Amino acid sequence: MSGLAAAAGVAAPGAPSLTWNVVADLRQLLAFHFMVNALEAGTIVAVTAGAIGWFMVLRRQAFAGHTLALVGFPGAAGATWLGLPLAAGYFGFCLVAALVIAAVPRVRHGGARSAETAVIGTVQAFALAAGILFVNLYRGFANGVDALLFGSFLGVTDTQVRILLAAGVGALAVLALIGRPLLFASVDVDVAAARGVPVRLLSAVFLLLLGAAVAEASEITGSLLVFALLVMPAATAQQLTARPRLSMVLTVAVALVVTWLALGVAFFSPYPVGFFLTTFAFGAYVLAVAARHAAAAAAGRRASRAVLVATGPS
Amino acid sequence: MSAPVLALVDPVTGAGHMLSHPFMDYAFVAGTVIALATGLVGYFVVLRGQVFTGDALGHVAFTGSLAALALGVDLRVGLFVACVLVGVVMGALGRRGLADDVVIGNVFAWILGLGVLFLAFYATSRGGSNGTVSVQVLFGSIYGLSRAQAAVAAGIGGGAVVALLVIARPLLFASLDEAVASARGVPVRLLGLGFLALVGLTAGEATQAVGALLLLGLVAAPAGAAQRLTDRPWRAMWVSAGLSVLSMWAGLTLSYAVSALPPSFSILAVATACYVLSWAVTAPGRRRAVPAAPAP
Repeated sequence: MSGLAAAAGVAAPGAPSLTWNVVADLRQLLAFHFMVNALEAGTIVAVTAGAIGWFMVLRRQAFAGHTLALVGFPGAAGATWLGLPLAAGYFGFCLVAALVIAAVPRVRHGGARSAETAVIGTVQAFALAAGILFVNLYRGFANGVDALLFGSFLGVTDTQVRILLAAGVGALAVLALIGRPLLFASVDVDVAAARGVPVRLLSAVFLLLLGAAVAEASEITGSLLVFALLVMPAATAQQLTARPRLSMVLTVAVALVVTWLALGVAFFSPYPVGFFLTTFAFGAYVLAVAARHAAAAAAGRRASRAVLVATGPS
Repeated sequence: MSAPVLALVDPVTGAGHMLSHPFMDYAFVAGTVIALATGLVGYFVVLRGQVFTGDALGHVAFTGSLAALALGVDLRVGLFVACVLVGVVMGALGRRGLADDVVIGNVFAWILGLGVLFLAFYATSRGGSNGTVSVQVLFGSIYGLSRAQAAVAAGIGGGAVVALLVIARPLLFASLDEAVASARGVPVRLLGLGFLALVGLTAGEATQAVGALLLLGLVAAPAGAAQRLTDRPWRAMWVSAGLSVLSMWAGLTLSYAVSALPPSFSILAVATACYVLSWAVTAPGRRRAVPAAPAP
């Protein structure tokens, strides 16, 4: 949390310093095994979270995704308290919470959405409260709390990378299997249901995938900043194009670039990775919104010029 | 050690013993007003489907507080300014004063990221030991309120309650049927903005009691329970306020009796229990009475 530059300086003679030589910088960065691990883990997480987040934004389940992320916190805190690996806590709690949310009937557009959000809000706050209870019971890892909440990439072990890889590949495989009907069901529930698509089952499976993606992302971004990888890249891509396949590819690309940049910059700066991750992702989103507005304005001008030409004196 | 045992044997003496500590008195005074405000405001938040907004404000509360600390200003200044400002801005950005999920999600994730940066600033300027500050802001420290802090919290909370009661009638109208209300000349948009400012104020209040991350529970759980228990708006509003205050009192007492439980956890646990109970009480009956219609 307190800055990688200092930590790296302890690990090797000569603290890392940024030069204008990009290749030298990269070599400097990759000389540290933990940094290689962090980049590997970040890559896996960015791809998984990007792809699943794309569907989440399309299905307007951002709130559910956020809740799952927060539920990961008591999972991790509980695992720490009991001496279990962090991944066990993240995955266990996120997947169970996904099942619980899936069991609550999803209300259609309009109507009584308020009941659903009240449930999610309550679950979320209670989960965090349970987390602080575990922290209290464990005692004496006040600084660890910040790492759980806001992420840290200092201590990613080889085992963790392997677990992340297995979970990520599994989740993406399931997503590839259900992708087509899920897209159909996400775009138009009623028509999909009428055509015999098992909408309810798909929704439950997707929530489980979301739980897995959140658990993965939490290990890098912390419980509170999962949105940086889950929502922002997808929202950026969906600003730029309406074509599903292209926007999904864009989503993963944005997630990857943002993650690599953030890890790289955080390595050379005393400030935490969570800040850079969210800032770069948010910057991409703002740029995308601006680009779309500019394109729309240009199209509008062209259209009005065309009208002028068509209706002008002949 | 003797206090909890005493409380079990003789509740009256136990309560007297509990309230003989000044910090418990402050916690009860501030907590009651804060709970009243969150219960009342929370009812409208849930009714208008703006729980997500409340959640985002919780995160803003964190960043505002830490920004103030990093600048060396009183934490509460940053807290209230950030919450009210962002509440109004979100209302102005979103369609018809209801902010969009994805926009809120993006904005608040970035704001949290900024909070982390301020935390790092604060930690480096004070030479380490940042753990306790962030934990205090995120999870509250109601037992740590001083006499002056409790008085300010109670004053602002009281103001929020009064302001809400003043606009309650048109706000309810606008929340239940926006089109008709605006046709009747109710300033729907202005009300929406004013309400979000109030939500911001309440979020700032609740942060002092249960922390930025948990205030959502105090806003959503009593209101959700009240909506399940009764269909009548005014009654639901007061039930929400009552449950909120009850959660606060029960939680404070519980944490006093069992010192391993942090007060924020106990308060949230009682509020959640109320919500779960409300489902247990009403779920089967409703389903039989109205087969297809969703609860209002």
